[in-house]
Amino acid sequence: MSQLARTAAPALEATRTPAKPLARIKARSTKPMIDRYKWYEVVAMYCGMAVFLFFVLAPFIEGFLVSLKPLAQLFSTPYSFIPKNGSFDSYINMWTSVPALGMHIFNSFFISSVVTLIVIVIVVPAAYAFARFQFTGSALLLGGFLAVNMFSGAVLLIPLLRLMTSLRLLNTYWAMIVPGAAFLIPSSIWLLRTYMMRIPRELDEAAWVDGASRLYTLRRVILPLAMPGIVVVAIMTFIGAYAQQFIFALTFNSKTEFMPLPIGLFAFFGKQEVQWNELMAASFVGILPVMIVIIFLQRYLVAGLTAGAVKQ
Amino acid sequence: MTSNRSAVLFALALLAPALIYILIIVAYPLVDTIILSFTNAALRPTYDWVGWANYQRIFTAGNFTEVILRTFVWTFFSVATKMIIGTLGATLLNAAIPGQTVFRILTMPPWIVPMAIGIFMWGWMYNGQFGMISGLLQNFGVISKPWPILAQGSSAFWATIVTDVWIGVPMVTIYMLAAMQSIPKDLYEAAWTDGASRGYRFRRITLPLLVPALLTMSLLSMIATFNSFDIIWILTQGGPSNTTTTMIIDTYKTAIGSRKYGEGAARAVVICIFVSIFCIVYFRAVRKLSQGEAK
Repeated sequence: MSQLARTAAPALEATRTPAKPLARIKARSTKPMIDRYKWYEVVAMYCGMAVFLFFVLAPFIEGFLVSLKPLAQLFSTPYSFIPKNGSFDSYINMWTSVPALGMHIFNSFFISSVVTLIVIVIVVPAAYAFARFQFTGSALLLGGFLAVNMFSGAVLLIPLLRLMTSLRLLNTYWAMIVPGAAFLIPSSIWLLRTYMMRIPRELDEAAWVDGASRLYTLRRVILPLAMPGIVVVAIMTFIGAYAQQFIFALTFNSKTEFMPLPIGLFAFFGKQEVQWNELMAASFVGILPVMIVIIFLQRYLVAGLTAGAVKQ
Repeated sequence: MTSNRSAVLFALALLAPALIYILIIVAYPLVDTIILSFTNAALRPTYDWVGWANYQRIFTAGNFTEVILRTFVWTFFSVATKMIIGTLGATLLNAAIPGQTVFRILTMPPWIVPMAIGIFMWGWMYNGQFGMISGLLQNFGVISKPWPILAQGSSAFWATIVTDVWIGVPMVTIYMLAAMQSIPKDLYEAAWTDGASRGYRFRRITLPLLVPALLTMSLLSMIATFNSFDIIWILTQGGPSNTTTTMIIDTYKTAIGSRKYGEGAARAVVICIFVSIFCIVYFRAVRKLSQGEAK
């Protein structure tokens, strides 16, 4: 790194002298010269971005248009992308064709909220312990926690099923909450530990000198300072719990009143045909709150995804 | 700080809830899986120790080696495509053009919404008679009759890969974007004053410095894809005629579908062994990389 900078220095001197008048003209623009693109480069980049975003968003666009189409038009050929006499009927009818729909949406949020609460309560002290105390085996223990990420719920499904049966948790909210939280704990510990390590150690020591107990220091010094990090972890956990509720709900619960939205949507699969327009409408109503939240919290999401991994 | 001993005790007390939780919900099931894989456990309450019989059976009878091979091909193409599209997307998002905040938000939905909902949307797009892909191709005259994408083995295989790529791309993109933005700006400026072109700067500065992030993200994607269940289960349930049956689907069908817990556990153990090998290879590569830097 430094080598490159050193060799570049003389070259900088050499190129400066003849290029001076040009540099003065270009300096008027606010953009640094290195970030300047030719017009065709800008066009190419926007085209690339359009293709990229089309791939990412196409299912949502199609899904939304499907939710506007009447069922008769959906099951007709030739295919038309734009709905003819489209309406929001599906958004009204879906509540009667699947009466438990509201319950499913509530369950999705309820399960994710409880998972988030459990994870935060467990992760905050653990992250603090890993951030501040080094003892024999602490690195190994942290590695052990991270190794949990290697195993998915699907691999451990058989013993988990037996465990849930013997704990009598099958067909309750807990059958989805308890295993769901377990797989989100390790990366949350890692994330919050990274954040807490940035809090100066001198603060702990100052509190200690003033006679504060360790627990008091954690509660009154560290917790307030770590709050932004805790918020990031909470958001990441909620999103994770919300996006991944499928396999445990599919296997450990068969009661309609406890089903989260992803499983509840199977109710739109009728005996004769799938009511795709209402299924899509229900999906959009279910994801709308989260979509709105992302727009406001996207900075936290980026921070959450990257803080634990890139820097350390 | 004073007595070391009390500090360690305090740390252990803080760690206890997390430790106990993981021991019960992850570690114990993991050990139980290994134990069960040596038994003939099924729905009935009692079972016997059968030694290596499960492993012998899955490797000799049936199509297990074919399933393993298929899982590797599935994982390879999915992860490679995700990494390429994600890195290209990150490069575009990293360019100094207006609108980046909006573009970054628009990248995220597949990662944020419940996976199952995104998969349902793909399921309808893949519909042969009325779906968007077959429909548009027919409208434009590329194909002459309906294309039942999920009903044909070869196209179903690639369709599940496309959906997995779609779900994984946002995470790779945002992660690679952050990695690109953590590269010091003065490196680019130095190369720029030397007259290095944009393409040259990308090849000689961006790509080499991205290697650690690329490795990490590849490992994470590989673990996620190898263990991917929802996509195939919702789209094809492993069909048609097992062409999309990966190891996870195979394990689920054996264990939960046919209630052969012992044999299912043996299949799960094989998955764990493969994932462990991925991790070992990754840590070897990282160590080699940091040794190279030290020189």
